[in-house]
Amino acid sequence: MSNRHLTTAVAKPTALTHPESLKNPAGPSAFAKDPANAALTKADKVKLYTQMARIRHFEQRCIRTYQQGKIGGFLHLYVGQEAVAVGTLSVLGKNDHLITGYRDHGHALMVGMDMNSCMAELQGKATGCSKGKGGSMHYFAPDKNYWGGHGIVGGQAPLGTGIAYALKQKGLKGCCLVYMGDGAVNQGAVHEAYNLAALWDLPVIFIIENNGYSMGTSQERSTAHPGSLAKRAEGYGMDWDLVNGHDLYEVRAKTAIAVKRAHEKNRPTVLEIFTYRYFGHSMADPDKTYRDKEEIKGYREEKDPIKLWEKELLNEGVLTDALVASINEAAMEEANKAADFADASPYPTVESITQDIYWEEDNRGKDTTSRGTIIFE
Amino acid sequence: MPIISYREAIRAAMREEMKRDENVVIMGEEVAQFNGAYKVTEGLLKEFGPKRVIDTPISEAGFIGLGVGASMLGIRPVMELMFWSFSYVAFDQIVNNAGNIRYMSGGLINCPIVIRGPANGGTNVGATHSHTPEAMLAAHPGIKVVCPATPYDAKGLLKAAIRDNDPVYVMENTILYNDKGEVPDEDYIVPIGVADVKRVGTDLTIVAHGRAVITSLKAAEILEAEHGVSVEVVDLRSIRPLDEETILASVRKTHRALLVEENKPFCGVDAQVAYIIQSKAFDELDAPIGRVSSIDAPQIYSKPLEDVQIPSPARVVEAALKVLA
Repeated sequence: MSNRHLTTAVAKPTALTHPESLKNPAGPSAFAKDPANAALTKADKVKLYTQMARIRHFEQRCIRTYQQGKIGGFLHLYVGQEAVAVGTLSVLGKNDHLITGYRDHGHALMVGMDMNSCMAELQGKATGCSKGKGGSMHYFAPDKNYWGGHGIVGGQAPLGTGIAYALKQKGLKGCCLVYMGDGAVNQGAVHEAYNLAALWDLPVIFIIENNGYSMGTSQERSTAHPGSLAKRAEGYGMDWDLVNGHDLYEVRAKTAIAVKRAHEKNRPTVLEIFTYRYFGHSMADPDKTYRDKEEIKGYREEKDPIKLWEKELLNEGVLTDALVASINEAAMEEANKAADFADASPYPTVESITQDIYWEEDNRGKDTTSRGTIIFE
Repeated sequence: MPIISYREAIRAAMREEMKRDENVVIMGEEVAQFNGAYKVTEGLLKEFGPKRVIDTPISEAGFIGLGVGASMLGIRPVMELMFWSFSYVAFDQIVNNAGNIRYMSGGLINCPIVIRGPANGGTNVGATHSHTPEAMLAAHPGIKVVCPATPYDAKGLLKAAIRDNDPVYVMENTILYNDKGEVPDEDYIVPIGVADVKRVGTDLTIVAHGRAVITSLKAAEILEAEHGVSVEVVDLRSIRPLDEETILASVRKTHRALLVEENKPFCGVDAQVAYIIQSKAFDELDAPIGRVSSIDAPQIYSKPLEDVQIPSPARVVEAALKVLA
């Protein structure tokens, strides 16, 4: 093996710290004219707004349903982080794929999964996207290149690297976006994935959605040398960058560079996108012990990605107050209808408990290789 | 019929399936340039090139997970673990990801991965390298586990595993790698989940898998020669799925059962087999079911004692005579 990786030029990242970025007043995006954004039509920009609004209203409707006691288990909300999923996924093409952790609703809606099946899944209904077998943390839509929805922190990183490997092996010009939270960067599986991606020149983009807290533990208390999560990429000879996740234009611009690098050079990238969640780690988190209310208020008022995008588009004359109102109204109605759909849907049958375990069992026939007892009493 | 070794049989299975399906790739530590830590993959790099026979870093969670992800997109990775003992650092990928993804996606995603390598004690390497995780892994619905005892079965089961659309974990045995047996040149598979009666008998059924089959066959010879007992040896071949019918048919014939495995006794494969026999053939039994497992301790290093720890023909004979008493 050559020492090529040792001499690979690593792009100089832009400076941004977190959560100090809060102190900088938000202004017009410096990335509006970036090549990734210059070609956006008015309709494209409105669509991006609509997609963020849909995620927010879906999540807010989930809170109500959860409080009604209809959602079991864990519910990790994406409220506040919308520009990350919408920005990054909006620059992808047909051979590009994604995989994420358990905070997976935003990505699901952005790739086109419908609210009805997503809401039904939360209630464990048969009409859910995983037939009630996955729950909030396990949404999948392989027909939309969306490979989940994974519950174990960092466990999806090797899988996403494998998806990128498969694309390269099959000669497809595509890449895989592997999302994780800031808490995942200390998991061994993530570092093993980094090493393989860099060693084998795989078209993968690791996206750290840094919302500042791994559950209730701040970065300062969880991570050696905090403030440089993405910089760990240098240890593997990977390019990296820091991204303001409150600015949709910037998210798109910097993701597009990484995607181009993956497509053209098969080289991986680590993007650390600064973002913030307004609610607890999950609905089970009372959110009272590890951060103060002022911090949350500050983000909501100064850095909200949807409000900032709205402001940007109002200034550009793309959005009007009336359009904003009608988009939000429609998104809220869609979410309410999804909740009604979930309410009205049946639970899975008892028989279905033992289905969808083995392909061979569900499809026994002349081509299957399995015999014998595979489901035990 | 050609006579080849267990090692050569596994290699032949991979070679034939790689020729049959371009999506089959081999990955693992030292599988390519080094020709395999146990030379199982010898020559495959030369024949198929570096795009299909790939050396990985020592990074089991990383490369096994990578294989699981690739399999979701239709690659058919055959991953070598130098020892199944090393699977423990990749447990999340092997169990949570490969084993659950079809279920959690409501059947939308398949994971046609094969993970293979030796899973045995008896080689004087201590506890961390001597695990036999077939029962532990087979305890997870979504996973298939096979344990071939002969060259014929090793080839046929591995070929079936590679064509299978679910994750199949193939547990080999370093002590068997040099064993020789008849293996046809022509294409065949051994269906997963079909046990094999390796020796026909009338007085006692021994149920075993992996190298315990070979041990049991030796014991059966001693029992016949020295005690005039006719022993039937049922080789499970596959742990999950499990061929209950073949086990039960044999017990219904002999009315006595001895279960032999190289696992430790607690919740071993034979605990499940014993439950099945007592629940479905209780009235057929003329004696309590007997059991021989490894002595219940972490695998000892000291060779003479490890030979005692693992079931031997002598221990099987002794246990058989108790069941026959």
